Amino acid sequence: MGILEVKGVNKRFGGLQALGDVNLSVKENSVHAIIGPNGAGKSTLLNVLVGKLIPDTGSVMFDGQSVLGRAPYEINQMGISRVFQTPEIFGDLTVMENMMIPCFAKRDGAFEMNAIASVLSQKDVVEKAEHMLKEMNMADKRQMHAAALSRGDKRRLEIGMCLSQEPRLLLLDEPTAGMARADTNNTIDLLRQINEERNITIAIIEHDMHVVFSLADRITVLAQGKPLVEDDPQNIRGNPLVREAYLGESA
Amino acid sequence: MFGMNKNDTTMLLLVAVLTMLAPFILNPFPTDSGLAQFNAGYPDLMQRFVIFGIFAIGFNILFGLTGYLSFGHAAFLGVGSYSAVWMFKLLSMNVIPAILLSVAMAGVFALVIGYISLRRSGIYFSILTLAFAQMSFNLAYSVLTPITNGETGLQLTLNDPRILGVSQTADGSIPVTSLFGMEMRSTYEMVVGPWAFQFNVGYYLSALVLLAVFYLSIRIFRSPFGLMLRAVKSNQQRMNYTGLNTRPYTLAAFVISGMYAGLAGGLLASMDPLAGAERMQWTASGEVVLMTILGGAGTLIGPVLGAGFIKYFENIFSKINESVLHSWFSALPDGLEDLLVTLVYPFVGKGWHMTLGILFVLVVVFLPGGLVEGGQRITTWLRSKKADGNKPTSTTEPAE
Repeated sequence: MGILEVKGVNKRFGGLQALGDVNLSVKENSVHAIIGPNGAGKSTLLNVLVGKLIPDTGSVMFDGQSVLGRAPYEINQMGISRVFQTPEIFGDLTVMENMMIPCFAKRDGAFEMNAIASVLSQKDVVEKAEHMLKEMNMADKRQMHAAALSRGDKRRLEIGMCLSQEPRLLLLDEPTAGMARADTNNTIDLLRQINEERNITIAIIEHDMHVVFSLADRITVLAQGKPLVEDDPQNIRGNPLVREAYLGESA
Repeated sequence: MFGMNKNDTTMLLLVAVLTMLAPFILNPFPTDSGLAQFNAGYPDLMQRFVIFGIFAIGFNILFGLTGYLSFGHAAFLGVGSYSAVWMFKLLSMNVIPAILLSVAMAGVFALVIGYISLRRSGIYFSILTLAFAQMSFNLAYSVLTPITNGETGLQLTLNDPRILGVSQTADGSIPVTSLFGMEMRSTYEMVVGPWAFQFNVGYYLSALVLLAVFYLSIRIFRSPFGLMLRAVKSNQQRMNYTGLNTRPYTLAAFVISGMYAGLAGGLLASMDPLAGAERMQWTASGEVVLMTILGGAGTLIGPVLGAGFIKYFENIFSKINESVLHSWFSALPDGLEDLLVTLVYPFVGKGWHMTLGILFVLVVVFLPGGLVEGGQRITTWLRSKKADGNKPTSTTEPAE
């Protein structure tokens, strides 16, 4: 039984079968990659997992609880954090403020009317955010506006914000899209470190085979909304079906 | 001090000094000099400065922090005024219960209107609030006449069944609003040489309330709640995927700012116990938007400055009529005098809206941060000039 169990999920947009009978089992503490050509339904699946879309049929269980019908913020509070393709951060706020917000969300829950105390008087949150910034090597940028950060730093900040919530499952949507090779390698190292040192399960959607094969313990290949195969990386590489559907173009 | 950092304390003290000394500051010209009409230090106008300052401070908590632009906040001001007048009619002429009811009623209205309007954001939210405010205005104007007295406006009469107090005074007139016996309208005039400074009870009550709510707004701005509101403005998507429910945050901000508006409405009625539907009209809602943007949305002191600025224009510039202009330019030759009067006239008197409009456009185009940004630029410029004068080679900035 994996930490995330997707069973028989169907999602139709008009005449298009975006997801057809998708099954997926993500094991605790693993790195699970979901790959597939454009239009395979990867993003639709991700949106189902975070509560943005509700599937027509099927079930999605996280740690024994159904996530279907819950709002994104509720699913996040259950322990699923999401990193977006283009970093979603609070551009108008400083890096430090960006980091404090998930710490408040972790401590106080989805809503807390804490309107009189000063932010800086919340020592536990301030310390936790500063600690996290140090771990992300961003302590020197704490007073910068997040919008002014470089693309790579925005990505690091976003991942750091997700980590400060101590999630059990981290979902990443093409985290290295548009990155230089050096940045990509840094991100791979960071994700591996997160998986190994913090015991956080990672589910990643990725186009870049270099990233997929350097990180994943397990790979699911989607094609035209259907899971083609789920297997270990070495088997995926040699699988003729996968080669035909997808890898043939790039590998 | 009071749990604030140094800058915020300085700002609060600055506002305290400005409001407490306003009768002097706003009366710089001797009473019988030609410039006396630029004096704004009379009770009626000073009360308006601080009351609309309160209104704008509250509006800024919603608009400045969350970015939700409400076009219907005057509805809460109107609700506050009606509530206060009813309290004067039914309970007592003391302003405290009247103001408390104003705040509470505005809060209830804001909760209902906010709950529905906040299901949408952006322009749809603005339109919804505008629709609710116009609805309130029209109801107050027509259907709800038993409560609001329609287009005449709600006033005190000689037959009000006042539970704590009398329906009319011994000499047969309507009693006046007061705070435990201190009449709101009572004014002490201090004559110093050619100047006459007026100290009004109502003004000082309003100014103290302004200081209290300004302090409260500083605390809200610097609190975790305020941080969340700014996060809502910055990126709602990230809020949702960070386990935060944005709806109660925006609703709380909406209700708080509605209560500020109700407080302002209650104070307006306490200074002059009548309430009319026009207080709820969309122009009144638009005015507070102008005040906030003109002063600097999202800054602490901006809305107060904006409110003062607009009220000053409304009351002082609008009084400059043709004969005043002629008297200014009377020293010039006749033809030139007439020419100048013709040129200036469209911008003053009834044309004050035009001057305000031009100023508003200039501020929005050149100072998007409002008057506050203007102030900051001047300070930076003065500092750099001073630094240049003292030490031509003062590059002490650390290079990262």
